[in-house]
Amino acid sequence: MNGFSVSFQEQDGIVILKLKGELDAHTASELEAAFQRCLDEGKVKVVVDGSELQYISSAGLGVFMAFVDEIRERGGDIKIAALQPKVYKVFDLLGFPMVFDIVATVEEAIKRFQEPKATSSEN
Amino acid sequence: MSPVETYQITIPAATRYLGAVRRFVALHARAAGFSEQEIEHIKLAVDEACTNAIKHAYKGKESGLIDVIIHLYPEEFVVIVRDRGPGFDPSKYTMPGIENSIRERKGGGYGIHLMRRLMDRVEFKQWNGYNEVHLIKRRHKKRGTP
Repeated sequence: MNGFSVSFQEQDGIVILKLKGELDAHTASELEAAFQRCLDEGKVKVVVDGSELQYISSAGLGVFMAFVDEIRERGGDIKIAALQPKVYKVFDLLGFPMVFDIVATVEEAIKRFQEPKATSSEN
Repeated sequence: MSPVETYQITIPAATRYLGAVRRFVALHARAAGFSEQEIEHIKLAVDEACTNAIKHAYKGKESGLIDVIIHLYPEEFVVIVRDRGPGFDPSKYTMPGIENSIRERKGGGYGIHLMRRLMDRVEFKQWNGYNEVHLIKRRHKKRGTP
């Protein structure tokens, strides 16, 4: 069996999704369902706690790519926290650090949501 | 050159068997002397090749079979992922690019890119109705050898 689970927790309007186990083409639908639930409930500030994520394949990474645009469009973001080095490496190989906020701890991710946004002069 | 040892597992074309394939490959990669990081890379590359076979060659039809064959040579660890689906032309592959994927809200198309980044060599072969992906990792010299 490929063990994988997602648990939900909420703190100050921020949803923390804790991923456990192995995220592959078989289990990716569970992460899809979790992001969809966040959207359905209007909870668009999402922190993914990757401290207990043991493995990810491109099918798992694809779920982040498929959902982040809609979450950002609704004023939120997906911030990825506490990845183990072997799992971070896979995110890095696909260029995730360029387009996702990846931070060392869940606390730091939460803090980033609470910071006032820097104003941008870009169009 | 004939391989020193050969191991094989055959799975139905279904994603629920991916974990079993990873464990099979990890077991033999560890026995072949690879580091934990290299084992992770081999596992992921083989997972990506099997996932492509399940999704693209057999399009989710579980009646399809996938062979995962390990050939252990003195210098190389070779994993062959073999299916009987319609062939694939690797020269037509381009990586979608993460910003495009996000804009289009789609996440597929990264398997081959990962395989090429994780392994020393990746070869696609077709023969006798089979498609094969050969995933090759060089083995280390034994400690103490100059």
